[in-house]
Amino acid sequence: MKLLSLNALTVRRGECPVVDGVTLSVGPGECVGLIGPNGAGKTSLLRGALGLLPHEGTSNLSRMAPAARALQAAFLPQGHDIAWPVSVEVLVSLGRGPHLRNDKTDAAAVTRALARMGLESYRHRTATQLSGGEQARVLIARCLAQDTPLLLADEPVAGLDPEAQIKTMQVFEGLAREGRTVVASIHDLGLAARHCTRLVMLQQGRLVADGAPREVLTDENLAKVFGVRGYHAETEDGPVFLPMGVVR
Amino acid sequence: MTRALFPLMAALVGLLFFASLLVGPAALGLGESLSALFRGEGGPVVLVMQEIRLPRAVLGLLVGAALGLSGAAMQGFLRNPLAEPGLVGVSSTAALGAVLALQSGVAAAFALALPLAALAGAGVSVLLILLLAGPRGGALSLILAGIAISALAGALTSLVLNLSPNPFAAMEIVYWMMGSLADRSMEHVWLAAPFMALGMAVLLATARNLDALTLGEDAAQSLGVDLNRLRLMVVLGTAAAVGASVAVAGAVGFVGLVIPHLLRPLVGGRPSLLLPASALGGAAMLLAADIAVRVIAPDQDLKLGVLTALVGAPFFLHLIWRLRGVEA
Repeated sequence: MKLLSLNALTVRRGECPVVDGVTLSVGPGECVGLIGPNGAGKTSLLRGALGLLPHEGTSNLSRMAPAARALQAAFLPQGHDIAWPVSVEVLVSLGRGPHLRNDKTDAAAVTRALARMGLESYRHRTATQLSGGEQARVLIARCLAQDTPLLLADEPVAGLDPEAQIKTMQVFEGLAREGRTVVASIHDLGLAARHCTRLVMLQQGRLVADGAPREVLTDENLAKVFGVRGYHAETEDGPVFLPMGVVR
Repeated sequence: MTRALFPLMAALVGLLFFASLLVGPAALGLGESLSALFRGEGGPVVLVMQEIRLPRAVLGLLVGAALGLSGAAMQGFLRNPLAEPGLVGVSSTAALGAVLALQSGVAAAFALALPLAALAGAGVSVLLILLLAGPRGGALSLILAGIAISALAGALTSLVLNLSPNPFAAMEIVYWMMGSLADRSMEHVWLAAPFMALGMAVLLATARNLDALTLGEDAAQSLGVDLNRLRLMVVLGTAAAVGASVAVAGAVGFVGLVIPHLLRPLVGGRPSLLLPASALGGAAMLLAADIAVRVIAPDQDLKLGVLTALVGAPFFLHLIWRLRGVEA
């Protein structure tokens, strides 16, 4: 049973393909990091897969009816978009929209999502008055409340402080252990190496590497795709990767 | 606070509705006038109550609710607190339709010619906006198309006034455009009510989708919202409700802008709760304004739209002033 299955997915901006024939399949229990330099097509890949952008090739998600898809996959967009001054509780409960309304299970799911993101004390705060990082965590909680087998997140840890970054990645790891799947685009290669079970590397819209973090973050790939060289080590806390310098 | 809001507002609207029935140049007793509403036979009191005051109060209720609700829906859909129901061009094209009816003399041919022409104008604006903005256009193309249509309709209205050979027709047009509920009949109610009811029902059905849109268009779509369908519902609902309002009351501004703005903090910012709250709030504001024009200047025929703008604009400035403090 594949949760995400893309076959030769191509997304064009005008004539130019920004996602170019990506074939990818992700099963349950994975925490996949989508990495690549700016403009590599990470956001377009996620939006195309969901059917939010017109595309060629196939995606199992974009073929679904919108209501069915919303029960299968939650999506965290890149921008922290909150239009109205609603409370954190109300904002997170928007994730329950696709489900049949049931006040009891909805409230339980919201409470679970808030607890998971460590946001219990924020429940009655006004979402628009929070800091950018706090808003980002609230929006992740909204996706968790949607309670889907698959979570697609576009730069979920950008703008978070180190503690929140690690905690968020641990939440994703926890979801994977429960048999759910997270596909998250990430710029911090160190976090990706530490917490993801699998990395997918994009360059100019093409998938150039796919596998365990150690197999993807090779010196050759890093030089070719990111133009950096890095420091690798295995520690008690797991693999460490740090970009050290540029090579071009 | 939210829980007490709706009963309180409903009570306020009910109170103002009765007050509207009791205010007028004919000095009628309280019990006499209320019992006349339900009496079958003729007589001057029955006539005044059933043919003059009842339609006026009912239209105040309906027009206010339609304007408030449309404003809340438009702001929710465009995710912008400065949006108002006239933004998609419905008000100005409906006004143009009415102006053409007045100028050409069709309005004098039969009682409902003017509101029918206004409704036709609103219908044209919907066709134009869907044509201009395209079937898949986003919020921005909708706003721009609305601005273009409003500007064109405004220019054509000016042209009609400009070329009007008859100063009385021009004056009639100018007065009509100020908006009023005076001298309306039950026929106006029966013409406008179905459109308003339909439009409001469609707008109320968007509640859950507007909530999801709080998170932006991408997130809303990922939550299963069909944006094209939602846009169609908002445009058609607004056109029916506001078009019918303009058809029977002329241009009454600021209700759709100020009321959702005022009530948003009281419903915790939720677009879905703001819809019914703004319907009640709009009805209350319009009934109150329509009572005020009768009390302030009983002999002067002070126009309803003039009063709502006079009260609404400074009030809106005050809101912006407060907003400035919050954002700084």
